[in-house]
Amino acid sequence: MTTELYNDGTVVHAPTFIDGSSIDIPELRILHQDGSVYPDADMPDIDETLAIKIYKTLAFHRVLDERMVASQRQGRLSFYMAALGEEATTVGGAAGLEPQDMIMGQYREQGALMFRGFSLENFMNQLFSNEKDLGKGRQMPIHYGSNELNYMTISSPLGTQIPQATGYAYGQKLQGLDAVTLCYFGEGAASEGDFHAGLNMAAVQQAPVIFFCRNNGYAISTPSDEQYKGNGIASRGVGYGIKTLRIDGNDILAVLKAMQIARAYALKENAPVLIEAMSYRLGAHSTSDDPSGYRTREEEEKWQANDPILRMKNWLLAQNWWDEEQDTVLFEGLREEVLAAVKVSEKINKPHIDTMITDVYDTPTAQLQQQLDEVKAHVNKYPEAYPFTAGKF
Amino acid sequence: MAQMNLLHAINNALDIAMAENDRAVCFGEDVGHFGGVFRATSGLQDKYGKTRCFNTPLVEQGIIGFANGLAAQGSVAIAEIQFADYIFPAFDQIVNESAKFRYRSGNEFNVGKLTIRTPYGGGIAGGLYHSQSPEAYFAHTPGLKVVVPRNPYQAKGLLLASIRDDNPVVFFEPKRLYRASVGEVPEEDYQLPLGKAEVVQTGTDITLLAWGAQMEIIEKAAKMAEADDISCEVVDLRTILPWDIETVCQSVMKTGRLLVSQEAPLTAGFASEIAATVQNECFLHLESPIARVCGLDTPYPLALEKEYMSDHLKVYEAIKKSVNY
Repeated sequence: MTTELYNDGTVVHAPTFIDGSSIDIPELRILHQDGSVYPDADMPDIDETLAIKIYKTLAFHRVLDERMVASQRQGRLSFYMAALGEEATTVGGAAGLEPQDMIMGQYREQGALMFRGFSLENFMNQLFSNEKDLGKGRQMPIHYGSNELNYMTISSPLGTQIPQATGYAYGQKLQGLDAVTLCYFGEGAASEGDFHAGLNMAAVQQAPVIFFCRNNGYAISTPSDEQYKGNGIASRGVGYGIKTLRIDGNDILAVLKAMQIARAYALKENAPVLIEAMSYRLGAHSTSDDPSGYRTREEEEKWQANDPILRMKNWLLAQNWWDEEQDTVLFEGLREEVLAAVKVSEKINKPHIDTMITDVYDTPTAQLQQQLDEVKAHVNKYPEAYPFTAGKF
Repeated sequence: MAQMNLLHAINNALDIAMAENDRAVCFGEDVGHFGGVFRATSGLQDKYGKTRCFNTPLVEQGIIGFANGLAAQGSVAIAEIQFADYIFPAFDQIVNESAKFRYRSGNEFNVGKLTIRTPYGGGIAGGLYHSQSPEAYFAHTPGLKVVVPRNPYQAKGLLLASIRDDNPVVFFEPKRLYRASVGEVPEEDYQLPLGKAEVVQTGTDITLLAWGAQMEIIEKAAKMAEADDISCEVVDLRTILPWDIETVCQSVMKTGRLLVSQEAPLTAGFASEIAATVQNECFLHLESPIARVCGLDTPYPLALEKEYMSDHLKVYEAIKKSVNY
């Protein structure tokens, strides 16, 4: 056991501050908005099949978000969170991983789950908290999760998944698995203590975890310059001794490239990577929020011109892998599918009353069973007050 | 059987758990080479390597967040928080995450293989921040199990049961007894049941109930009362959550009186929950009000620790008051 405090760095004899602006953090960009590729760009590993799968996932994402926000406005759904403008960060992220890699999200990462094949029905069942929801109707809409698809169920408290991702990745390493953990969070969540705890532990404990900050400019209504000082989130990775990349988060090829090299590095070196994706939350934080109260239309328009889905479409068109007619058919088909699925899912029963006490422990305790029995007797006495459950047990 | 103190018993349980499963991992502040500030993890790093027994940075929320992820991945996570007083930075990870992991995911994921060990309690001249008994905070959280052993034999059997239980467990170790309590402990593997109280001594006039280090106090008070011809039934709760209502209520229905003693402050401590349940279940059997002998509703003091603590004399006086009500 030893501790080495002296390093081999520059020694000065007059005080010299270091500040964030003195750290030059390059931003990876491969695609222009018009779909052309920077001539010297280091392309990701991508072929036509993968490119089309990514694009179809992006399209599904955008249509689902549009339709579900509309459904919420119609009062069919209690709550929703769209990812308008930053879809590339999650779909491109998942596309750079292997299926056995764990994904831990904050809440706005449904694009990664879509890429892995979570079905439209699965999304709907969670959103409508019906009896087919894998989460048994216990959490608010958008708290998806799937063991089969290695996508950890979302938890509302912000940033808690960051140290958990470190622990999860450490377990993967202990078993010698060919797998890493990807952990998503926003720049707002990076203010939480869990962010610092999780990054520091990952660096020290040598865990193959990829921390992915979606820097989308706003934490609800708080703009990033009221959220942090210094050179974004990336500079913090450097401070913790973590290999760090900053990328254009609206450039799907940059996201994919970053993820592919991050995964290879994390796995080979058993060490964490931090990716900061610069993007913009074009929509509201959630359906409970109205961004017109805290930002300008000009700012939004500027970012609309950086639409990541349009940028990818332009690239696909330039490759002759896609055409406008296919595009129209794809989007129209998706809109019909989503609408049909809403009508089915909202009519499915609520979860059975017995699920009130299951999964608190591995098996319900005697006290829980007694409490449930009392609730059932009460429901039977006043069935009209409890229409979801009355007569169903 | 070997003579072990409480620390040896815990170390022995950890050794068995790590030997039987190479996915069992022990970690926390200073638990590696140094073996923990109390030496509960002594020798484990030498035996199982630095990847399975290691020091973490000084960050309780990180330790438990890491432990949650590790357990969700399928490893057996055994995390140490150096003092129960310092568990609060990890409160969110325990209460919002560990406790709800299985429920909120519909059992898609769980952290059943998580055990959090932490030394608790006073009587060691530790003052405000090295003496607290925070079990009640966790007892209010569905999804956790909360366990407190009273001696080396209990510590080993209950810790092994906690590690193997398929639910997250917070395991409070009475640090006052770490070296003070020595007893016969089998060297082989054994478990004691969680959620089950133990009747330590039978009696007819009053039930005395406590857990952890407070058991020594109520046993001593029971001996004093015996000299006054008062027959005490002494019960060790052992598991705070879920607690053994049946055993406690059967005892109270027999004796007609209940005294609960805890180190934690009086208001909203776990003794309050016990009193509420017992008066509901045993109302017509009670001969006197349920007595609670607890710490004062103040932070844990340093210089006046002896006055503050619920000791055998305070318990003895409360026994007489109940019996003579």
